[in-house]
Amino acid sequence: MDMKRDYYEDIRLFNSGVVLFWTVALMLVLFTLPLYAPNYYVYLLNIIMVHIILAVGLNILVGSTGQISLGHAGFFAIGAYGTALLMAKLQIPFVVALLAAAFIAAFFGFILGLPALRLEGPYLAIASLGFGLTITHIIGGVDLFGGRMGVKVPPLDLGISQLGVSWVLKTDFQKYYLILIITILMVVGARNILKTRVGRSFVAIRDSDIAAEVIGVNLTIYKTLAFAVSAFYAGIAGGLFGFILGFFDPFTFNMILSIIFLVMVVVGGLGTVSGGIMGACLITYLQYDLLKNIGEVPYFGAFMVTISQLWFTTVGLENFSSMAIGLIMIGIIIFEPLGMFGIWIRMKKYWMTWPF
Amino acid sequence: MPFGQLLVEGLAIGACYGLFATAVVIIYKTSEVVNFAQGEMAMFSSFVAFHILAVYQYPFWLAFVIAMLFSILLGVLIEFLFLRPAKHPSLLGMIVITLGAEMFLMGLASWKWGAEQKFFSLPLDPSVTYEPVKGMIVTNWAIAVFAVASTIMLLLYVFFKYTRLGVAMRATQQNKHAAKIMGIRTERVFSIAWGFSSLIGAVAGMFFASRATLDPAFMMEPFLRAFAAAVLGGLMSIPGVIIGGGLMGLIENFFGYYWPSWKPIVAFIVIILVLCLRPSGLFAKHYVKKV
Repeated sequence: MDMKRDYYEDIRLFNSGVVLFWTVALMLVLFTLPLYAPNYYVYLLNIIMVHIILAVGLNILVGSTGQISLGHAGFFAIGAYGTALLMAKLQIPFVVALLAAAFIAAFFGFILGLPALRLEGPYLAIASLGFGLTITHIIGGVDLFGGRMGVKVPPLDLGISQLGVSWVLKTDFQKYYLILIITILMVVGARNILKTRVGRSFVAIRDSDIAAEVIGVNLTIYKTLAFAVSAFYAGIAGGLFGFILGFFDPFTFNMILSIIFLVMVVVGGLGTVSGGIMGACLITYLQYDLLKNIGEVPYFGAFMVTISQLWFTTVGLENFSSMAIGLIMIGIIIFEPLGMFGIWIRMKKYWMTWPF
Repeated sequence: MPFGQLLVEGLAIGACYGLFATAVVIIYKTSEVVNFAQGEMAMFSSFVAFHILAVYQYPFWLAFVIAMLFSILLGVLIEFLFLRPAKHPSLLGMIVITLGAEMFLMGLASWKWGAEQKFFSLPLDPSVTYEPVKGMIVTNWAIAVFAVASTIMLLLYVFFKYTRLGVAMRATQQNKHAAKIMGIRTERVFSIAWGFSSLIGAVAGMFFASRATLDPAFMMEPFLRAFAAAVLGGLMSIPGVIIGGGLMGLIENFFGYYWPSWKPIVAFIVIILVLCLRPSGLFAKHYVKKV
């Protein structure tokens, strides 16, 4: 296998020609994909990419720093509401609004990180869960945020209205490229954070916070920083998600969404950037496409409809996705705790050492 | 609304929270798993009782007994099928398993009974009320909650103090490996704890269902409040949890009366404040981590 001989080899983005080749190939596919994918799939890809940003950010917190968060729907909501309202009410340009909303989310992440200094395990899970629900409840209760009626997102204008420059992205096709570029930047950013001093401090905290403190990692700074970075990612993802939906209300960001985010990270693989990406792709595809239309899947769909008619309700069949995701969560912990990343590593090892 | 009325209602709903929090605490004490599926287990058992009542038209006591037996079976099955096969899972793994069980049960219930709201009533006449002190109306529901909660608490106290199984459960909680060496089948103790906890949760769930409506998501909020009560009491001691439940009910009822729109988030503010100021809860001994 590959052995790192010095630090620069460890932080290098492409550590072999093979990786470089496949990365370029993947980029080519991604940048030309909307040309031959049907329009609906472009919409789905947009959602997948937003979830990738979020899952990669959540993985920094859960996988690399070892802090459990069940409140990421709250940060997601802050990003979505922040971006939409800053643009609609204050006429702030898109890029500034998105960054501002993400920094607001990061600030709230910092706030949540403060109790996390004293809490661990189940207590932290429940505190973050409460935090997420509180955020959505506050948003639903204040008229400035549209209350329970929700918010209609302004048009996605990349220009600066004060200067009279306007460049409105209308279709999913146009938004795809914007989201793709932001996603690539965020993923590369996450990968680089994990390779630096900060990322190594995160990993040290995960492995043993007391040992990390002994060797000189400042727990207060790095734990709250992990929450802030993760919330920043969630904020960016939320801001983009609002433009994909076009309209959202507080119920969009419920507790189930936080659980789904955690599932993406766990299913993909904890502590790796590629794990977050794989988990987000799989779970989003299952949730938004395959399981949502389970009745239309050949053979199996008809079978499920028959079962529904016999013993269950046909209107309730759409809830099959929640059942399936629940079983995936349990199955991945029981059979493959490393997630899809673990499967990938095992396959890679098998073929690299084949036939031994 | 007068003070006495708020007090009685707060205590009644608090007793319900306390009862449900007890179910959470029994599992946490024996196996150190926070059971996020507790609410959905209670929801499913309540739906079974509703189904028996509505479809088969059995008398209430029979439906109640069947639902109770079902809830025990459900708890044991979830422990046996979902938690036991996981080899040395991390804390996050345990949380993800119970969250998965929650999603699974919620999906199954929505598939079976649909997402619309149903009415589930206990055989208590809502028109009969008592007024022991002027301005303090006590409903049948509150009396039933107090009676059931205190009976269950008494039985639990006797169970943990005097029966062999109860002592075995306490031993398992204190030191799993030592308990195993002494001849206790700890896996079986975990199963029994899950069955017990599911049973108590289902009783509390039926009280919640009869107070509001029955739908697949109805236990989400009570579960979180009950969890807040458990955290208030320290997640480790059953008497602490009962007091925590009572406090939670009172705080919520008084707060909700003066600021109705903020009632749903009181629980979380209480959780976060308690966790920040006293991470191990109000009544538990302070927990110090060994390196």
